Amino acid sequence: MTNPSSVCIIGGGHNGLICAIMLAKAGLRVTVLEARASLGGAIAPRAFAPGFQAPGLAHHFGSLHPKILKDLGLPPTGGTPVDTIALDNTGDHLTLGATQASGNGLTSQDKEAYTAFKTDYAKFAQALEPLLLNKPPRLKDMGRDDQWTLAKLGWSLRFGLGVPSMREFLRVGGANIYDVLNEIFESEQLKGAIAVDAVMGHHLAPRTPTSVLPFLLRLFGESHSERSIMTGEGSNLSAQLEKLALSSGIELRTETKVETIVVTDGRAAGVVIEGGERVDADLVVSNIDAKSTFLRLTGPANLDAMFTHRISKTRTNGNVAKLHLGLSTLPTFQGLSSDQLRHRMLIAPDMRFIERAFNHAKYGEYSEDPVLEITLPSLGDPSLAPQGKHVMSISASFAPYHLKEGWEQGRTIFRKIIISAIEKFAPGLEASVEAEDFLSPADIEQDYGISGGHWHHGEMTIDQAFMMRPIHGTAQYNTPIDNLYLCGASAHPGGGVTGIPGWNAAKRILSLHQERG
Amino acid sequence: MNVGSSKEYDVVVIGAGHNGLTNAAFLAKSGLDVLVVEKNDHIGGATVSRELYSGWKYSNCSYVCSLFRPEIYQALDLGHHGLEVVPLQGGITFKQDGDFYGNYHHHEVRRREIARHSQRDADAVIRFDADLMKWCRLIRGLLMRTPPDPGTFKPRDFMELAFLLKKFYELSESQLYEFIRFFTMSIAEYLEEYFESDVVLAHYSGGSIIGTGLGVYSPGTAYVLLHHAMGDVDGSVGSWGFAKGGMGSVSGAIASAYQSFGGEIRTSAEVTSIDVQSGEAQGVVLQSGEVIRARQVVSNLDVKRTYLGIMDEKHLPDEVIKRAKNYKIRGSSGKLNIALDGMPEFPALPKGSPLTLGHMHFSDTLERLERAYDDWKDQRWSSDPYTDTLIPTQFDPSMAPPGKHMMTVFVQYCPADIEGGWTDEKRDTFGQTVIDQISEYSPNFKDLILHAEIRTPRELEAEVGLTEGNIFQGELTLDQLLFNRPFPGYAQYRGPVRNMYMCGSTTHPGGGVMGAPGVNAAREILKDLKRTDTTPEDFGDD
Repeated sequence: MTNPSSVCIIGGGHNGLICAIMLAKAGLRVTVLEARASLGGAIAPRAFAPGFQAPGLAHHFGSLHPKILKDLGLPPTGGTPVDTIALDNTGDHLTLGATQASGNGLTSQDKEAYTAFKTDYAKFAQALEPLLLNKPPRLKDMGRDDQWTLAKLGWSLRFGLGVPSMREFLRVGGANIYDVLNEIFESEQLKGAIAVDAVMGHHLAPRTPTSVLPFLLRLFGESHSERSIMTGEGSNLSAQLEKLALSSGIELRTETKVETIVVTDGRAAGVVIEGGERVDADLVVSNIDAKSTFLRLTGPANLDAMFTHRISKTRTNGNVAKLHLGLSTLPTFQGLSSDQLRHRMLIAPDMRFIERAFNHAKYGEYSEDPVLEITLPSLGDPSLAPQGKHVMSISASFAPYHLKEGWEQGRTIFRKIIISAIEKFAPGLEASVEAEDFLSPADIEQDYGISGGHWHHGEMTIDQAFMMRPIHGTAQYNTPIDNLYLCGASAHPGGGVTGIPGWNAAKRILSLHQERG
Repeated sequence: MNVGSSKEYDVVVIGAGHNGLTNAAFLAKSGLDVLVVEKNDHIGGATVSRELYSGWKYSNCSYVCSLFRPEIYQALDLGHHGLEVVPLQGGITFKQDGDFYGNYHHHEVRRREIARHSQRDADAVIRFDADLMKWCRLIRGLLMRTPPDPGTFKPRDFMELAFLLKKFYELSESQLYEFIRFFTMSIAEYLEEYFESDVVLAHYSGGSIIGTGLGVYSPGTAYVLLHHAMGDVDGSVGSWGFAKGGMGSVSGAIASAYQSFGGEIRTSAEVTSIDVQSGEAQGVVLQSGEVIRARQVVSNLDVKRTYLGIMDEKHLPDEVIKRAKNYKIRGSSGKLNIALDGMPEFPALPKGSPLTLGHMHFSDTLERLERAYDDWKDQRWSSDPYTDTLIPTQFDPSMAPPGKHMMTVFVQYCPADIEGGWTDEKRDTFGQTVIDQISEYSPNFKDLILHAEIRTPRELEAEVGLTEGNIFQGELTLDQLLFNRPFPGYAQYRGPVRNMYMCGSTTHPGGGVMGAPGVNAAREILKDLKRTDTTPEDFGDD
């Protein structure tokens, strides 16, 4: 085809917007179609009661990667870095920073081991950079760019890490976080707190083999920016991206739900939106998950049967429920000063606790004692709640998408379980609740249009990662349908507020069409 | 300390398990003067037949042959030394609702049986079999090779890596990805891509958890399917076999071959330490205090028993001690050996059904299998365990008096570190749990029991010397496979001191009555000694 001039992007999440901006900067005419009323997808602030807003599904994220910021022309986007406080039943809470851990229960060996561990594992994560910031290389018939990516990856493992570290990396890469942490630490509480980072958002428990990989991917994000909470306008990533998109001349249409991708002679030619309006475009880029893109919008009639089968078999069932509470007053947590409440608090006293919480999820039950990640976003950004009031945002694992009893029934009890668990540390919490918003994975699917309500648009285990994400054959952002691309968390390197899928996809689209043009 | 004899052997092998004997046999075949020392009064390690109840022979540890390398069988002429392997026929999973799934040996009959449970699954099984056979061919070629070390620049490691890459590159691109997925997925999720029927899923996934501290939903269990499909019995790929006279016939035949090459065996000779002088292994010290001198020392024991048990920490690098301590070797299995007064009846089956000739299972859903694993994680034995039950006397009547039968029941899961520690009473309750489960499907089973030997990881460890009773001498997870087995930098059978080697299942390619670690170690030793290689080459694909 001649050089494409128009692009239509389905979904205005952060990856869709980043991809849009990159393409607009390259001179393409871009339209973003967003089904919801606001842009930003899972990172858009979420008003759930008069005066109360939650920061969205993701309540913590760091800044985008410096290379992406540079391409977008944005200043660092992070808010205020926070530590992790692992709540302890006896009041001996632990504080985990980026490289330091402290708390009464910790031996000096554990403290030193923590620093060494975070440093080593950050290096492992860093070593993956060539793989993460490029399209995943094909293993056969690779182009020169893929060979270059592999060469850089090989170099970074062999010489960047050095032989002893590389050997260790090759050993732990496929291991579980349970064994790794048991090898290094004594404190059960410390191990529990670290293990949360490997399993939260995934259908994984500490003992599940390969649970180290999601941990490394998370650390990759930490390598350039710590986990932060939003502190006002400057750190509101979705607002910043929206502003930038507008100034780049992108047409942004909200409340515009795409119903079908128009495929003519094996090529995408545009989309039809709810109501029947057709939007023509030379290229169609999908920021929504792969199942929705292929099974719902493209339709099996346009796809190979085996391809359809494999897409339908990807594991995309979410496992986290989100609870937002509007509070009349700032809660008090035993053993914590009000200043400490802006940090990320965890209820995950040890790895066995997490493992047991996960056991339920395997059989379609919510955890009787869930793993909780608790934040008070209004301490970072007071505008999220009315004067003097506060917002609590909680991620609760495990809450399987397919709940045996159904979420209609289950939501009341699970909400109660979450609040009672926090009340043990913050007595009086329930009495201060003025408003609330409970999102099961089924609700997330409904509200955000993510299949299975999965944060990451699909499990990030090895068999669904890299050149196999979402499935092999469509892992390099292009799809079996010409001119149709993926740019969301379904694509490499997956979920998290990284913007990398959108950025990689844009680079891929531009390079393909430059070649062809 | 007394020096028993002034004789110095070329090699002393510690442990007369099947790998130790295999290793010794190939060394002796090359003309070396070899001695195998064994702590028990009988040889075989976990590959034994024992008469613990008068008139009955139990294969009381390992109980089937599937992975045993045909190359070894041929190179050592084991047929001549009395080993006869009878192919096993199919298997069965009983359902709780009174029905069953019969895994018939004949593939067309099997397909009809699958169709009885799901027509879609009957279609999928063709694709499934074809895919599996592809991975089998690929992996079989790796068993009899020393893994390359990715951390060196030695030409042989480069060559070996290049060989592996070339082998993988014979696959098409999508097969390559499918292969990676196969290696990293859980058995349940892998099978769910093919099948939908609960009992079919349960039947095929059960085998992947045997001997491991993993559940059917644990990533990394899918590839264990190969252990079921990879075996050769009499050249028939994918079948399991039963050694006539019990598993002791396997170790007996290898020992006989070894002795025919002039090798010596000493039983009731427990090694208490490996003698190391100036960084060089020089022999072993027995419990009696006797010192046996040898130029090379080979250990068939697992890494924990070798490095933390019979070697002095002062001779070892810190890294080796740390790695050995962290090495994952988890007791997860139990075993019952039962003498029966007659053949138990299974009312679910038609009279004379051939299905009792194969493996029998009583777990008919993935959920039951996974819940069995949850019990183990919490340091309890499974209240509803997965069992692999066989009645070998149906085709080898020599193992019991006429008209009587012997049943072997392998049980998953049974923890080594049970809450509160093992007692005889707990062991018997564990055994009762298993017997009760079988009785649900066989009403006359309990009345037929004449004697039952119940083995938990405690008994397996005490008798055989497998740490925690782990049948593979170490978990077969990704972090302990290939060049990571037993640990990075030590995957080529050489120990951390000179003239010392490892040859047990603790090394690549791991457990199962396979013999490959023993062969691979022998090849490395012969290479170091600059002697002619007596070890067989891989037969290749067909």
